[in-house]
Amino acid sequence: MSLQEAPAAEIIRQTAVDLGVKIKSGELSSVEVTRAHLDRIAEVDGELHAFLYVDGERALASAARIDAKIAAGETVGPLAGVPLALKDILTYTGAPTTCGSKILEGWLPPYNATVTRRLLDHDIVILGKTNLDEFAMGSSTENSAYGPTRNPWDFDRIPGGSGGGSAAAVAAFEAPLAIGTDTGGSIRQPAAVTGTVGVKPTYGGSSRFGLVALASSLDQPGPCARTVLDAALLHQVIAGHDPCDSTSIDQPVPDVVGAARSADITGMKVGVVREFAGEGYAPGVEQRFREAVDLLASLGAEIIEVSCPHFVYALPAYYLILPAECSSNLAKFDAMRFGLRVGDDGIASAEQVMAATREAGFGAEVKRRIIIGTYALSSGYYEAYYGQAQKVRTLISRDFDDAFSQVDVLVSPSTPITAFKIGEKVDDPLAMYMNDLCTIPSNLAGNASASFPVGLAPEDGLPVGLQVMAPPLADDRLYRVGAVLEATLESAWGGPLLDRLPEPGAAR
Amino acid sequence: MALTAEDVASLARLARIELSQAELEVLAPQLDVILESVARVSEVAAQDIPPSSHALPLTNVFREDELRPSLPREQVLAAAPAAEQMRFRVPRILEEEA
Repeated sequence: MSLQEAPAAEIIRQTAVDLGVKIKSGELSSVEVTRAHLDRIAEVDGELHAFLYVDGERALASAARIDAKIAAGETVGPLAGVPLALKDILTYTGAPTTCGSKILEGWLPPYNATVTRRLLDHDIVILGKTNLDEFAMGSSTENSAYGPTRNPWDFDRIPGGSGGGSAAAVAAFEAPLAIGTDTGGSIRQPAAVTGTVGVKPTYGGSSRFGLVALASSLDQPGPCARTVLDAALLHQVIAGHDPCDSTSIDQPVPDVVGAARSADITGMKVGVVREFAGEGYAPGVEQRFREAVDLLASLGAEIIEVSCPHFVYALPAYYLILPAECSSNLAKFDAMRFGLRVGDDGIASAEQVMAATREAGFGAEVKRRIIIGTYALSSGYYEAYYGQAQKVRTLISRDFDDAFSQVDVLVSPSTPITAFKIGEKVDDPLAMYMNDLCTIPSNLAGNASASFPVGLAPEDGLPVGLQVMAPPLADDRLYRVGAVLEATLESAWGGPLLDRLPEPGAAR
Repeated sequence: MALTAEDVASLARLARIELSQAELEVLAPQLDVILESVARVSEVAAQDIPPSSHALPLTNVFREDELRPSLPREQVLAAAPAAEQMRFRVPRILEEEA
């Protein structure tokens, strides 16, 4: 990077909190900050491909408006003027919402998601829409109809999924903040493999209105960031009751910002999930996880090994419940009211046009899951598959109830392995599904969970994440653990983990 | 279990996806492996366990019964694949002979 670019290079490496403070004090303008990030996107995103749509002009116009607001002495929130990357499964009027699918290519939504509206109400600058596995079905972004996102740590590897675009954008300093959505790990697993922070709020903690539904009983929007406090501030902005989402919780948002600032876990009981270790776990993942647990113990936590015997059945139950819900949710893509339509030659029937459109518009993984869902819900198989999976869901919730009667939080590796090579698992759906082994139970039970970076695996130099799970509406506990880990690890490392990130594409 | 290409074709018909023969050949063994793996759920779930459809207990919610403007018609039709006379234009819905 040349010397005259240094100021922009300094801007993009700052935290959202610091940027917010400087924008408010006038030390930096939101326009300056927004432009620095847009320049960064222009510089690295050609290869990284974290964004599906960059909304540069509108972002700069919003930034100018926010600068004027601040100059006029208006009261603004802590993230006013700070840029953000929005996962392309949440609607934002004026920009296409594709969900990574050809069936919605170029679709301009007529309304804003509640999450989007809250971001705009809090004067956050939306830079654009980020890449994802089609309709959030995947763990690598390889299922995006618009091509995969790369991992900033190694461009030959996956950035996780489905929210690989949001995680990669944050890790590569294209944006200090991003929004993800987590159905089975789509915020936490990308956070883990990119060395960033990702939080899935309690189900119902943030609104699903305007989030194009994958599995309605599991989907949950949440924050992606480079630091724990940044994630907490974004969590605070997007969370809270929304009458437009009938499963939204009408209770105060837990004090996540206070928890992130307190960074105290003295006396906290931390349960280590016995079932999430051993065969299938990379040695470096297990090593960094163990070290982090030891660290928590040395900082005053009481470590207790906990068994959750039904967690091993979470993966099969999930791959019945999710396809069942998605096969009905995606029935709305029928070529009639929005999106793609093919084969409408004046002769073909609506049903034929529908079938031809869905064939042309959906990718392989979406078809696989719709067909599995159709099978699981069909008469004769319903009880053996979907019915049984719903019982497993009960057993998993009971495991959590038992565990949380003994401990305040549970911890495990966020994902069994570090980032794998692009293309390595595309033809093996079952191997791909294993990436979400540790993250799925929390979705099935609807509690709060997060992934925090705990170092690089010695064998491959790639990031490892530690997952924290807390009871419903105890989201603040995630931030207490995350903040303690972050402060202690960064002082041991001499700086953030992302300081060790190679300049994107440098190694190639 | 052994799901055949014909089985997949009939499921795809139910799901309104016109799969090609080549796709059916690839999907059948893949789906078979997935179904065999997920069938493990029957190992643990005994009869007396109540099913859960949602993570947290849900109660029905009502909103106030008051008029609210809907989305503007022009805006909604702007995103439609085809529109005519301020309506969605759709392919024929009845059989030729009907």
